[in-house]
Order: sequence, then C-alpha cells, then structure tokens
Amino acid sequence: MSEQQNTKSKMVGKQSLMFQNPPIILASASIAGKKESEGPLGTLFDEIEEDPLLGKKTWEEAESELMRKAALKVLEKAGLASRDIRYLIGGDLLGQLIATSFGIGELEIPLLGIYGACSTMGEAMTLGSILVEGGFADRILAITSSHFAGAEKQFRTPLDYGNQRPYSASWTVTGSGAVIIADSSFAPKGNEAQIIIKGVTIGKIVDYGLKDSMNMGAAMAPAAFETIKQNFEDFGVDPSYYDKIITGDLGYVGKQILIDLLKEKNFDISANHMDCGIEIFDQDNQDTHAGGSGCGCSAITFSSYILKQLREGTWKRVLFMPTGALLSQVSFNEGNSVPGIAHAVIVERR
Amino acid sequence: MDYIKAFLVGGAICAVVQILLDKTKLLPGRVMVILVCTGALLGAVGIYEPFAKWAGAGAGVPLTGFGNVLFKGVKEAVDKEGFIGIFKGGFTSSAVGISSALIFAYIASWFFGPKMKS
Repeated sequence: MSEQQNTKSKMVGKQSLMFQNPPIILASASIAGKKESEGPLGTLFDEIEEDPLLGKKTWEEAESELMRKAALKVLEKAGLASRDIRYLIGGDLLGQLIATSFGIGELEIPLLGIYGACSTMGEAMTLGSILVEGGFADRILAITSSHFAGAEKQFRTPLDYGNQRPYSASWTVTGSGAVIIADSSFAPKGNEAQIIIKGVTIGKIVDYGLKDSMNMGAAMAPAAFETIKQNFEDFGVDPSYYDKIITGDLGYVGKQILIDLLKEKNFDISANHMDCGIEIFDQDNQDTHAGGSGCGCSAITFSSYILKQLREGTWKRVLFMPTGALLSQVSFNEGNSVPGIAHAVIVERR
Repeated sequence: MDYIKAFLVGGAICAVVQILLDKTKLLPGRVMVILVCTGALLGAVGIYEPFAKWAGAGAGVPLTGFGNVLFKGVKEAVDKEGFIGIFKGGFTSSAVGISSALIFAYIASWFFGPKMKS
C-alpha cells in the first residue's frame, strides 16, 4: 500500500477513497427465499421465507416485505431502534424503487433511495461509509433486495408466460440483505474482532455494446474488470493484497471473462476470485444456469457468508464488489446495449 | 396416422424453434414474430394451405398456423370487400383464437394465482 502524499485528503488515485478513521460494520441481516435456502449458503441466512409471496398479493408487495423484514432484523441484531439510525440508504430492482419505497416507510428513518442495479449494495455501503467517516452520520443502514418473480416480470417476461431460459441466463435471488455501518467509536468493548470498511473504489459505466439481457454476466464483467484494475492502481496493490476478490453476480460466464481480461493486464485473480452468484446456488442440482443475480444476491451473501468468514478470521481482507447491469426495460426494448457498473468496498478484519 | 403426422410435423416446427432459441441470441418474442410472419408468407405464396391440409394440427397449432390464418383472412376479405378487407380480414379470421385465449386466461386467473418457478 503506497503512502498517501497529502495526509489531509482521503482521495486515493483516480477513483478511490481510503478512510482515515474507518467505519465499522456493526451488524448484518439476511432474509432469503426458499430456493436460496436450499443452496450451499442456506444455513447461514437469518430467516427463510418459504412462501414466495410472503402472504402478500403481488410480487412487488412481497419484495417490499422482504426488505422490511431485513431492516427490522438488522436493527434487532444490533440491539438498536430505528431512531438510532441516522440515514437509511437502500435500493432495489423494481421500477422507481418499489420495494424500498413501500417496504421501509414505517421505520421512519430518513431515506436516500439509490439505483445501481445489482451493484446497489456496493453503492449503498460506499455512500454510507463516506457519510459516517465524514462525520455526517453516526450510524447508517444499507439495504437492498431482489425477488425472482418481480425481476422476471419487470425485466424479462412474467412467469405465467412460461418462457424458456437460456444457459447464459442468471437466476434472480429472492432475498434482502442489510448492514449497519457505524462510526468506530460504537465498536463493542472487548477483544472481539471488528470488521471495518477500509476504503472504496467507485466504478464508472463500462459499455462494450452487448445487447443480450439473457447474458448479463458478460455485460458486467468489463465493468468489474475496470473497477478491480483501478483499485489495484489507486492503492498500489496486486491481487495478493486480498484474501478474496468477490464480485456480485457475474456468474459462470462473466467470471471467466473477468479473469481473462485481468490476465491480459498481468493480474491473475483466478486463485482468490469468488462470485456471489456462483456461491449462492448449486448449479448442478438447482438448475440456475449461469448463477444467481440481483441486488439481493450480493447483499445476502455478504451479510451472511462473507462477514462470517471475516469474523471467524478465515479471511482478513476482501474486496467486495457488487456488479450491476444498468438496463431498463425501456432502453432494452429500444434496442440499446446493457451498460455495466461495479463498486468495490475494501472490508477488513481488525 | 393423422396423429403421427401431426406429432411429427408439429414436433419438427418446434425443434427448429428450439434450435433458434438455443443457437441464436433472438429473444422469445422475436422468435414468435418470426413464426407468425413465416406462416403468413408461406400462406401468401400458396405453400402453407396444402401443407396444413396434409399435416393437420401439426401445422395448424404452432404459430406459423396463426400467421397463415391471418393471411387467409385478409385474402378472403379483400376478395369479398376489396381494399377495406386489408384492414379487416386478419382480425376477423383470428378473432375466435384471440378472444378465446383472452377469455380462458381471464377465467383461469379467477382460480389460480402467480407461482414461482423452482
């Protein structure tokens, strides 16, 4: 890690920030659907929702309920009330953030609704860390959700249509993940290891002109590549700096493209790369094709599996980088490409 | 024999569509439009009608059959009513198919709710 030239500035390189007083992750929660519970990470989620409609009438209401439950769960796990949270930063995949707008209203936490497609968890954690470290908030709640049926209805075709899915298509995760990011002074007393957010690299839109909404991994991989490369450059590190480099939902197709693109720049991440979309489902037994995707995919994988590995000390430092495909049903119907984006968060055990 | 013929012909059309879905990047909506247009086109050049007579339901049930019906309707209407038939015939001939699909789908929605794929 290179020394910073200007000790006052937290800006590092072109697109990154290094926090001087790194915020901590106080608590996390994950609510997952039935299919996710049957996957390899199934036992790690806080709550499983067997009913895909969560007792509601529509998929949109169901996803809103998922988000509400995740927010309440993370507050409960942190032992906090909603008034203890300064701001809530959240987003989802549904049009105009339906799940966020309808899900967490009753909490009455000032809200910053954001959209970064499946990269939203990275964006929420990035903005939250900046607010906390800058002294603009003491505790923030970052949350995202996605629902398979809602996403299919919005971005592809409604389920009742009975469409076939090609092998390059991913499976939108039904779930909601939440974390509370707090000033380091809120760290519980004792010898327990703290999980800190050391820095971030904010990604830019990368568009290679791919138009296939059934192959989002390929559309997002170049964005992941640009953000990882920039992270290495900005911080002056190489892949070995991280125990794991974790992308959001590139899936099997996108993972290979990412590894190949980085190899061309002489970075080999094949040994320590992991993709949440690949981890969350068992490809052989769950018929999920290219892997999991959606805002919820990286969010519940982070809130459960990744944080657990850090807390237990299996990993000391990871680069958590949710990846997003910034298409809308309108842009897509008008024949436009699928722009990609990825935001990276350096999470460390201390 | 009729059943076997229908099964084989219908199956062959579906197999071609499956290849299109698997081997090209065409989205399902486009593939369906291609089917309808192909049926209308083959009807227009006079191939689909004899083919459908021979193959029966195998040619009538897939969307190519719908395309053929559209063309047939337009042709009949034009023969009978002239220019205005271009706008009328397709709807007249497909009205039973489309209306029944809508009505039965609506009735089904009284009894069944949306379900997850698993």
